[in-house]
Amino acid sequence: MQIHDKPHEHSHSYGAYILVWLALMALTAITVAVAGMDIGRFTVATALIIASFKAYLVLTVFMHLRSETKTFVVFVIVALLFLGISFLLLFSDYSFH
Amino acid sequence: MSSTEHTAGTHVHRDDVGSRMGMWLFLFTELILFGGMFLLYSVYRFQYADEFHLAAKELNTIMGAFNTAVLLTSSLTMVLAIIAIQRDQKALSILLQLITIFLALFFLVNKYFEWTAKFHYGIYPGGEELLAKSSGEILFFGLYYVMTGLHGIHVIIGMFLIAVMTRQTRTGTINKDSYVRLENAGLYWHLVDIIWIFLFPLFYLIT
Repeated sequence: MQIHDKPHEHSHSYGAYILVWLALMALTAITVAVAGMDIGRFTVATALIIASFKAYLVLTVFMHLRSETKTFVVFVIVALLFLGISFLLLFSDYSFH
Repeated sequence: MSSTEHTAGTHVHRDDVGSRMGMWLFLFTELILFGGMFLLYSVYRFQYADEFHLAAKELNTIMGAFNTAVLLTSSLTMVLAIIAIQRDQKALSILLQLITIFLALFFLVNKYFEWTAKFHYGIYPGGEELLAKSSGEILFFGLYYVMTGLHGIHVIIGMFLIAVMTRQTRTGTINKDSYVRLENAGLYWHLVDIIWIFLFPLFYLIT
């Protein structure tokens, strides 16, 4: 099959990336604005949720995870899962000390 | 895979998907490297919540936000450089790669001024001013210097990596039919960006 010799094609245009970049910049502005408000213990949670969404955009669009095969997605999920398990085990251990 | 299809003499055995997969596997080791530090951060932050809040006030939020914008923009120019080479716009791709390197340098210069300002006030590992603070604050700045420092090293490596790619784009080693190296350099660069996306709120925005 000829297709195997061809480099990977991404169907994005310049404009799509610029839009995602604008979203990332807007989210940065939002996270700074929210941090300025006094919402007590939700401050960190909000900052982390926004950061996670930004990371998601970078992973799926800039790092082309959306257009890669399923294998890549499974890879990333497994890696993140193990990091999550580390946090979970550490905190379950830590909170019973 | 396609041994019957290739035109005589021009077939080069290549596996772009495998190449990118290898890069992703490497990125996971980076995730564990920084992940361990984020673990350390979260435990100490849990233990010394008030001290961390106090210490974070010393950091310049505007500077941090500005550097976030610089790094996000460099990620955009990097990804556009790949699109440009896919479309055989070699000069544009080189220009975008050079802008990426420039933005990375700009990020480091900002970081340099940020750090030297802290050093000036005696806030550096082992510094008198810092050692006079509470143990929670000392831990905060210890983590701050180690994590942003390690991130800074990654930015420097990324700069050199992209510079090599720029050279290879110029000589034609990277071209519109073969650009997986540029893609992999891009993956590395975006990971550096993602790490900063988390470092920024955790150190600058917890006041």
